[in-house]
Amino acid sequence: MMSDKKILLTMRHITKTFPGVRALSDVDFTLRYGEIHALMGENGAGKSTLIKVLTGVEEMDNGEIYMDGIDHTIINRSPQEAQAIGISTVYQEINLCPNLSVAENIFIGREPKKFGRIDWKTMNRKAGDLLSNLNIHIDVSKPLSNYSVAIQQMVAIARAVDISSKVLILDEPTSSLDEQEVEKLFAVMQKLKESGIGIIFVTHFLDQVYKISDRITVLRNGCLVGEYETDKLPSVELVELMIGKEIDDLAKLRKEENDDNNGKKEIIVEARELGHTGTINPFNLKIHKGEVIGLSGLLGSGRSELARAVYGADKPDQGELYFKGKKLQVKTPLDAMKAGMAYLPENRKEEGIIEDLSVRENIIIALQARQGIFKMIRRKEQEEFADRIIDLLQIKTSGKDIPIKQLSGGNQQKVILGRWLLTNPDFLILDEPTRGIDVGTKTEIQKLVLKLAEEGKTVLFISSEIDEMLRVCNKIAVLRDRRMVSELKGDDLSQSNIMKAIAGGETGDE
Amino acid sequence: MNKIKHIWMKITGFSLFFPLLCLAVVLVINLIRTPDFFRISMNNGVLYGYVIDILNRSSELIILATGMTLVVAASGGTDISVGAVSAVAGAVCIYSLIGGASSDVYRIPYVLALVLGILAGTACGVFNGFLVAKLHIQPMVATLILFTAGRGIAQVLTQGFILYVRKESFKYLGNFLPGIPVPTPIFIAALVVILTILLLKRTSLGLYIQSVGVNRIASRLVGLNSSLIIFLVYVFSGFCAGIAGMIITSRVYSIDANNAGLNIELDAILAVAIGGNSLGGGKFTLIGSVIGAITIQALTTSLYAMKVTADQLPVYKAIVVVIIVAIQSPVVKRWMKAVRHKNALSGNRKKVKA
Ligand SMILES: Nc1ncnc2c1ncn2[C@@H]1O[C@H](COP(=O)(O)OP(=O)(O)OP(=O)(O)O)[C@@H](O)[C@H]1O
Ligand SMILES: [Mg+2]
Repeated sequence: MMSDKKILLTMRHITKTFPGVRALSDVDFTLRYGEIHALMGENGAGKSTLIKVLTGVEEMDNGEIYMDGIDHTIINRSPQEAQAIGISTVYQEINLCPNLSVAENIFIGREPKKFGRIDWKTMNRKAGDLLSNLNIHIDVSKPLSNYSVAIQQMVAIARAVDISSKVLILDEPTSSLDEQEVEKLFAVMQKLKESGIGIIFVTHFLDQVYKISDRITVLRNGCLVGEYETDKLPSVELVELMIGKEIDDLAKLRKEENDDNNGKKEIIVEARELGHTGTINPFNLKIHKGEVIGLSGLLGSGRSELARAVYGADKPDQGELYFKGKKLQVKTPLDAMKAGMAYLPENRKEEGIIEDLSVRENIIIALQARQGIFKMIRRKEQEEFADRIIDLLQIKTSGKDIPIKQLSGGNQQKVILGRWLLTNPDFLILDEPTRGIDVGTKTEIQKLVLKLAEEGKTVLFISSEIDEMLRVCNKIAVLRDRRMVSELKGDDLSQSNIMKAIAGGETGDE
Repeated sequence: MNKIKHIWMKITGFSLFFPLLCLAVVLVINLIRTPDFFRISMNNGVLYGYVIDILNRSSELIILATGMTLVVAASGGTDISVGAVSAVAGAVCIYSLIGGASSDVYRIPYVLALVLGILAGTACGVFNGFLVAKLHIQPMVATLILFTAGRGIAQVLTQGFILYVRKESFKYLGNFLPGIPVPTPIFIAALVVILTILLLKRTSLGLYIQSVGVNRIASRLVGLNSSLIIFLVYVFSGFCAGIAGMIITSRVYSIDANNAGLNIELDAILAVAIGGNSLGGGKFTLIGSVIGAITIQALTTSLYAMKVTADQLPVYKAIVVVIIVAIQSPVVKRWMKAVRHKNALSGNRKKVKA
């Protein structure tokens, strides 16, 4: 039996209300030494809030927290206090300093000193070591903002892992990681677990839960559903517990096989030697109307950068772009948008949400930007648009006029996706559109993408989950070292072929 | 008990609560020290009284704070050149009107001189906007250029003299229009504020400004021209400084390049802060800034009324401002939160025992 492990942390009767929402009601949670405990639940179930209450980011209304070795209830008023008693956390929204170097971010507040001054050499060396444990090999003296979300996530993890002494909390740490990085992370988690550290792990990936966790606590609508041992809970049941009903079989989802008549179909997007110095080498790409084309590749392979060049987020400095048969000069994203493109960036916090603006404003902002300053969307219409999107994507929010930053991570993601759907684009570039979205809704969004394609819209789809790509894409372009290396379609579309192409092996195509 | 707490939360959560509270405190203290503080009387066909005086004197500040609010909201920076720019605008107006020596003869129509003055202010705004939005210079540094050079430019026009316009009608703008008992600057300030609010509410400019102020990168990706919007708010701030310059020169029917609008930029920034606006940009309330401007003027006027001399004034003002800003600071807010937390906990313990 596993339950004979000693209890490390106990949370009892935790209640937390925000104006208009009860985020947690009477939730209990128990963490033992040397276990990996998955915290599961739909978007907005209260997972992050439970973590924030524990680590002092939010104050709870009610409840008690005990930790082994401390003979009174503990209340952390800040993450620093939590850290002092041995709890380290990677929050869902990475909160590092983009302007500081990677090494500084890892050691901020506990820099190695020599003669009273920061010992840069040691700091950089140690930071490099920590990251190479996670298989990340980058220049740690460069500012953090130079790197992708995934790398930033790894930096946050490296920092937390290094600090952790008793409890390590990871809130959706793998949401933008590829399989390789996930492997590495799991190896590190396993090592920490063996040394007796208790790990709280939040994720929406069921396979990861079953691979690594010992125990699962499920939350639904801010209430505790129960605590289960992972190997005694089949995944179908877990999903039911999370959403309170059965869901459609994921495998049922099937895209239309329309590869054959592509020859006749109109070409919507054509890139000819399009490139942006420093981020993506010149590439050629043809996308037909109604197609869902995927971009795959390792971290830093240039898949996001390719998307950015097409949309003009990074203004291409080489080659040409033809959109709907006409040459398109994109000077700013507005030009691309006016032509009928939409672009959902991968970095939700930095590039997606406009955090202090309301959910309604965040939904209508792209449409309003396209209409211009003088054609203001009437308030009533704005409300209708917001209602429509909230309804379509099942966004969980206590109102349309609360700041978007008060929504749970997955719900923020739905809002910014909805923002683009509202503009009714012909061509959507979706970079990790289901990042942080729960299992039930994820299928809904994948279905939505397929439906859009059926209606004649065209989609460029990027995801670090190959499974998801196989489910929605007709064609997958693979990138390596900022270069497009191959295109897979039809029968060649398989997990193993993609993996081979990504890693640099031979493929059947091209 | 809970209900009271709820209502209390609602009131304190109201964004104008704090600015109004500050103003109320200043007014109440005045009322205690000067019982006839709120008395308004009619003398020679015009209204007199502390309240009228405060509103009148705060007009320039309100106008400058209007421009400053948008600058802060969109760029998260401040325009420290507005005082000097209003001096430039005043100098351009008077120089084009009467030339390089005090006089009572107009060279060009009065209205044209006003337009030229305001245009000069706007042109300064264009310069600032270019530096900040196109060259990406820090707002403080960019506007420092005109902050220092502005008065020099005005000096060139006045050649170091104080130029007087010896014509009664020139005073109307900064004092009273014949037959109207309310000071003209109050009308002008009200007009500027109302038109700005209409502009922000009837077009999507208000939304754009907030969006760019909150997240410039995300705003660009949804199709907003972030640098154009930032450019425009600096132009608008210059325009407001131009108008303020017209009032300032008309009040004293002269231009003194060294002293016109001196230090007023600091009051304008403070007005924005006291109004409950974050100096980091983003969401803003224009009405808050207006209340902030009136509060600052009320403070100045009441300190004078308490016989504080002009050279001591900054000290007292600084003390009050430090208190006001400190109460709104995140540290104090966190501290108040901690106190609440403690109370809540002792409440819990009681419940557990019971
Ligand atoms: N600061 C806040 N103000 C108001 N409401 C909030 C705030 N933070 C969270 N909430 C609300 O609390 C609820 C729980 O949110 P939480 O972030 O804990 O969800 P989650 O389980 O982490 O979801 P996700 O999987 O999307 O990350 C949501 O309804 C959310 O809108
Ligand atoms: Mg969360």
